[in-house]
Amino acid sequence: MGRSIKKGPYVDSNLETKVLAINEGKNKKSVIKTWSRRSTITPDFVGHTFAVHNGNKFIPVYVTEFMVGHKLGEFAPTRNFKGHAGTKK
Amino acid sequence: MARIAGIDLPKNKRGEIGLTYIYGIGRSTAQYILDKSGISWDKKVHEWNDDEQAAIRNIINNEIKVEGALRSETQMNIKRLLDIACYRGLRHRKGLPVRGQRTRTNSRTRKGKRKTVAGKKKATKK
Repeated sequence: MGRSIKKGPYVDSNLETKVLAINEGKNKKSVIKTWSRRSTITPDFVGHTFAVHNGNKFIPVYVTEFMVGHKLGEFAPTRNFKGHAGTKK
Repeated sequence: MARIAGIDLPKNKRGEIGLTYIYGIGRSTAQYILDKSGISWDKKVHEWNDDEQAAIRNIINNEIKVEGALRSETQMNIKRLLDIACYRGLRHRKGLPVRGQRTRTNSRTRKGKRKTVAGKKKATKK
């Protein structure tokens, strides 16, 4: 079941304040490091680069407008399957 | 012979069923169309007169996305997922189930026919 519309999209508040600060020009534009994979991408995020943690390292994610409505974690895969041992390519 | 949305409908079926031969129309949509055009569900397809056919065509053209338009919309949705490289897009790319189903067993619809991997060789270390 989807999230109630009344509540609006879920965004971690610390992440949201960082993004808004950059949008208002208070901080220099830079990569935002975040562990908040559960945050929904809102239209404010478009054009920024996020370093999203995948449990091991930070994956750079450049947000485009098509990504709005998805979660940040969807763009930083947590599993790294390279194929079974002994399978030749 | 009723030809609607580029599809020849089967003559001897009830209208409710006949309409479902169109991609994008199932039972409930078919019933909605017939209700709206005031035709009985039980009327066979070949019993429709020209006016009734026109009414059905009209409703389908104006309200319902069918056949090619619907197929291309689905394709566009999938392509969007592929382009933004999100998790669902990656699963589409690999041809694996998209909605979190198990892949240890089953999921043959997505993975296709079983490809048996040759028996494991004895470890040849030293």
